[in-house]
Amino acid sequence: MPLDKSIKKVLVIGSGPIVIGQAAEFDYAGTQACRVLREDGIEIVLVNSNPATIMTDRNIADIIYIEPLTLPTIKRIIRKERPDSILSGLGGQTGLTLCMQLARDGFLDKMGVRLLGSTPETIDKAEDRLLFKETMQEIDQPVIPSVIATEVEAAVEFADDIGYPVIVRPAFTLGGSGGGIANDEAQLREIAVQGLAASPIGQILTEKSIAGWKEIEFEVMRDRADNAVVVCSMENFDPVGVHTGDSIVIAPTVTLADKEYQMLRTASLDIVRALGVEGGCNCQLALHPDSFEYAVIEVNPRVSRSSALASKATGYPIAKVATKIAIGYTLDEITNAVTGTTFAAFEPALDYVAVKFPKWPFDKFVYAHKVLGTQMKATGEVMAISDTFEEALLKAVRGAEIGLDSLMLPRLAVYSDDEIRTMLDTVTDERLFVLYEAITRGMSVDELFEITRIDRWFLHGLVNIAERAADPASRKPLVYKMVDTCGGEFEAQTPYFYSIENGTENEALPFIEKSEKERIVVLGSGPIRIGQGIEFDYACVHCVWALRSLGYEVIVINNNPETVSTDFDTADRLYFEPLCIDDVMSVIDIEKPLGVIVAFGGGTAIKLTQHLHARGVPIIGTSAESIDICEDRTRFDELLEQLGIKRPKGYGVQTEAEALKAGEKLGYPVIMRPSYVLGGQNMIIAFSPEDIVEYMEIILRSRQDNPVLIDRYLRGLEIEIDAICDGEDTLVPGIMEHVEEAGVHSGDSTAIYPAPHIDETLAAQLFEITEKICRALNVRGLVNIQYVLYENDIYVIEVNPRASRTVPYLSKVTGIPMCELATQISVGAKLRELGYDSGIAPTPAHVAVKVPVFSFQKLPGLDTCLGPEMKSTGEVLGIGATLEEALYKGRTAAGHTHDEELETELIDVNCLQDKLVAARLDRKGAT
Amino acid sequence: MTVSATTTKPAYLILENGTTFQGEFFGMHAEVTGEIVFTTGMTGYLETLTDQSYYGQIVLQTFPLIGNYGVIPPDFESSHVAPRAYIAKYPCRTPSNFRSVESLDTLLKKHNVVGLAGIDTRALAKIIRVEGAMNGKITSSPPTSADRDEVKAYTVRNAVAAVSPRSVTRTGREDSPRRVALMDFGAKGNIASMLVERGCEVWSFPHSTTAQEIMQANPHGIMLSNGPGNPADDANRTIVETIRALVESGIPIFGICLGHQLLALAHGYKTEKLKFGHRGANQPVKNTATGRVYITSQNHGYHVIADDSSFINVNDGTCEGLDYGKSFSVQFHPEACGGPLDTAFLFDSFIERMDAHAAR
Repeated sequence: MPLDKSIKKVLVIGSGPIVIGQAAEFDYAGTQACRVLREDGIEIVLVNSNPATIMTDRNIADIIYIEPLTLPTIKRIIRKERPDSILSGLGGQTGLTLCMQLARDGFLDKMGVRLLGSTPETIDKAEDRLLFKETMQEIDQPVIPSVIATEVEAAVEFADDIGYPVIVRPAFTLGGSGGGIANDEAQLREIAVQGLAASPIGQILTEKSIAGWKEIEFEVMRDRADNAVVVCSMENFDPVGVHTGDSIVIAPTVTLADKEYQMLRTASLDIVRALGVEGGCNCQLALHPDSFEYAVIEVNPRVSRSSALASKATGYPIAKVATKIAIGYTLDEITNAVTGTTFAAFEPALDYVAVKFPKWPFDKFVYAHKVLGTQMKATGEVMAISDTFEEALLKAVRGAEIGLDSLMLPRLAVYSDDEIRTMLDTVTDERLFVLYEAITRGMSVDELFEITRIDRWFLHGLVNIAERAADPASRKPLVYKMVDTCGGEFEAQTPYFYSIENGTENEALPFIEKSEKERIVVLGSGPIRIGQGIEFDYACVHCVWALRSLGYEVIVINNNPETVSTDFDTADRLYFEPLCIDDVMSVIDIEKPLGVIVAFGGGTAIKLTQHLHARGVPIIGTSAESIDICEDRTRFDELLEQLGIKRPKGYGVQTEAEALKAGEKLGYPVIMRPSYVLGGQNMIIAFSPEDIVEYMEIILRSRQDNPVLIDRYLRGLEIEIDAICDGEDTLVPGIMEHVEEAGVHSGDSTAIYPAPHIDETLAAQLFEITEKICRALNVRGLVNIQYVLYENDIYVIEVNPRASRTVPYLSKVTGIPMCELATQISVGAKLRELGYDSGIAPTPAHVAVKVPVFSFQKLPGLDTCLGPEMKSTGEVLGIGATLEEALYKGRTAAGHTHDEELETELIDVNCLQDKLVAARLDRKGAT
Repeated sequence: MTVSATTTKPAYLILENGTTFQGEFFGMHAEVTGEIVFTTGMTGYLETLTDQSYYGQIVLQTFPLIGNYGVIPPDFESSHVAPRAYIAKYPCRTPSNFRSVESLDTLLKKHNVVGLAGIDTRALAKIIRVEGAMNGKITSSPPTSADRDEVKAYTVRNAVAAVSPRSVTRTGREDSPRRVALMDFGAKGNIASMLVERGCEVWSFPHSTTAQEIMQANPHGIMLSNGPGNPADDANRTIVETIRALVESGIPIFGICLGHQLLALAHGYKTEKLKFGHRGANQPVKNTATGRVYITSQNHGYHVIADDSSFINVNDGTCEGLDYGKSFSVQFHPEACGGPLDTAFLFDSFIERMDAHAAR
């Protein structure tokens, strides 16, 4: 069945802001979906409240609304735009839930809008616990047996029936308090009594415990002709009990014999058929480690974090194929984009393994509970590919940017063997390293298996790593292999590479040899984390596109599977590798590029600058020297002094006594932080000498190579400027003002553009300082400067000579393609040639407000007060005719509820940008 | 990771085209020559190793981590390890599975099969993809031009005779409602199991059994098994004659893999060699009547030339099945093991055809 020609205009709903459990993967999925729709000439209406997304770019969709993802807003958009269809499975849980609500209350029928992809019945069967259980029973698929009890005897009777251990979960209690695992009747009686008392409605769920079973996932694809394939199988390193988003995951499964594998594969296909899924679906199953007994855990009838991982792990673009299916194609009609000659109706064969490692926010949130369980806590993830589990795991850990380049966590050395054993009982973000420590101390695989129930195969892998670390034989140069979906069976067209140590053929070389263009390497931004989110991937992708349109051959190095930058057709060549100097140099050694662009990949890329420079690799854009001046406190202070620019007074101190003296000199409050940190890590405001004593005590527990910085804390209005400079002219696309006073991290502040409290005189002064700094640093591209206005003086807080978090937001509301301009300038263009003048760009008639979004409910134990350390995971944008309207929209999109509903205007961002460009050209014409 | 920390012995591979690889031995340490074929299955190595269709061949696994779940004898498809040699990049020394009894290394040693580890398996698979299936020799010292000559000269003959049983065996209950005569050309064990599960008693006959002898068993249906080698091999002529006679008897026949090819030859079709064959657990086939696509397990180097196929390969359009009415056959493996069980319904179809024939 080819394209359904009745589909002409489709509404695509994005997933909104980045929160824990819903990250960049939906921008990747949504962008792929839009491309597919466009290929078939379908008009796209897009809505997403998150401006830091590629999907909300003008070249991706026809009509773009950056509006709150609420039912009333979506209904208004449907009434205004009258799409004939709506795509349900690409916007994460947010998009799926909205589609369900629209379908349920009859709105879609009333408006004559078709739901493409999974039907409401399918979604209900998958999401409603009872319906799901019934559906599984109909097709003889085992679910985890459970019973709802209001008295102890019922629970005991159930447990007698299905056997111990059982898990008791009291109904309606926060975080499962009052529940627990019962290994025998006596324990169950005790826990059940306690649970019934804890539950406000006197009800407990008693469930068979499958803790310790293997957790296996299948990504399934089914079309309307009932063809169904398994795109990828995945096995969790951690057994059932840890959320798969918080588990190390390997693809494909490695410990399942074919009989076990086929049993679970068949089960997944049967489930997807019974649910009637059309498109992608994730099936999670638990397998008993010592039998063929299994249970279906859950099913997600949509693209997901796992499907993004599976897409990158196999080269099979799940979101793209799911969209093709939604608009009528069958699997055998969809070309396999990697080979170009075969079709999507097949199951990828891997000749490597992919390992995912989560990125947790605990380095920032030192007070949050680090225990991992059924509630996901990771903000992002990295993936690594190699031909062994050991090598892939090491690459993943190295690339996760947790300060480790091996599995040896030095601080564990102080614990006794017994303490290490005890630590293994609890699953935390560091358990892998505790396991490794245990192995290096000679604890046996069997003992570790008994404690953790992690399959011995994985534990043996850790033993192999330890053996090899003990025998540092000379390492061979890396060779690069292709991800081709088919284990080499067909020729592949897509240059998507990973490195291995043991190989004779380097598959990247022929591509490099036949390349006739000049080559540039763009470094990505690694895993999504607090302080470095999807904004940087947005910037990288725009940089890549700009370079390609200038005729360069672009090479991307990145290790985040959730992103658009690691889509294999974004750059000319993708190296899925850790962003560590040795891994990056290995690519540079064979690619021999003109240079490397570090300015778009956030701190991850910037921190490699000096290493690359030292190895003679040219940095394209602002020089390594200038970047160093901004990073080095002393050099930075000297520069500002030379330029006569004020900055809050401050000192670098090494001891508590020095800190107290500095505090006294500066006057309280003061801001304290270790030097060389990103995103305000471990930054506090000290209001008294006691605060300084407490802080220094904590910070000096670990050795500090660099001084602790103490600055006077100026409680004023915070201003943020992103500027583009070509070494001569400086363009300020916009000045943003923070609603919160200085001291709240800029990433956690609500930012308003145009800045309401900045008059022309002040703006002129800010421009003058900005220009001075840009010239002094000889900036070639983007720079982000944070200012504070305090008692009528302008102080500089920070200068970042790179793309910042606010670039996508500002690009969208000003219509100035900031990343493109910066990229063109970094390879030699001048602002004037590109049609821009020096100065502040004209401000639009609309007001835009960026509102941060937090994931506090996912991180118990964390102090929700905002301070200099960033805590938000994502952001939304509100655009309105007035500040009031923009704020209302922004806050609504961020999930705040309002007492009164405000009539707002729907604004198509593409139209808005057209108007802005017209206005700018008008002004140019006039001058 | 090294294959074995302590006892690695260098091993070499020389191909017909002169390319050499250096790796390490595992399993039996000896020199061996054979036709190299690659399979892309990521699980199912035990089923592959015990599949008699690999007789005379050196099997290369494209998935690098082989042997993870050890050795599980109930999963064997025959009692022999069939390939002449086995190439896996990283055979697992410390397997983990509740049913595993030993490691891949010890299994190969027990069955006197040479293993080659540690070479760039992807590079080797790509050579075969580009240049076609070719012979190779595993040696314990750097290969010489004499080795290459030996490689070039290697051919497999009388492969079916080498793996077909010597005598008749019976499986399944004697009081089963149906009796199936299985012409065993090196059959995978699960073919008989699938039939037994569906209420058949299965009599396995050696390849040289005459049509008359088979008919004397009064079978309700005849199963033509998979097996090794070139279907058009002169040695198979008598078998094709036997099948022709069985076709004339009107009894429903079901052919799988080599059985499919021989049944086609008996019907006057021709076969030819594929460049490098289809081997793996991810091969898509399309039912030409319904348009439905199924993922199948495959292991064949030859194909039937036909323009009236009942199934075709989605990737290259080659014949994957023929339907003659009462009799039918498929190039892929509906019995799976290893690989997907998606086409197991073909055994139900065989049962229906047998029952329809019996009811007549």
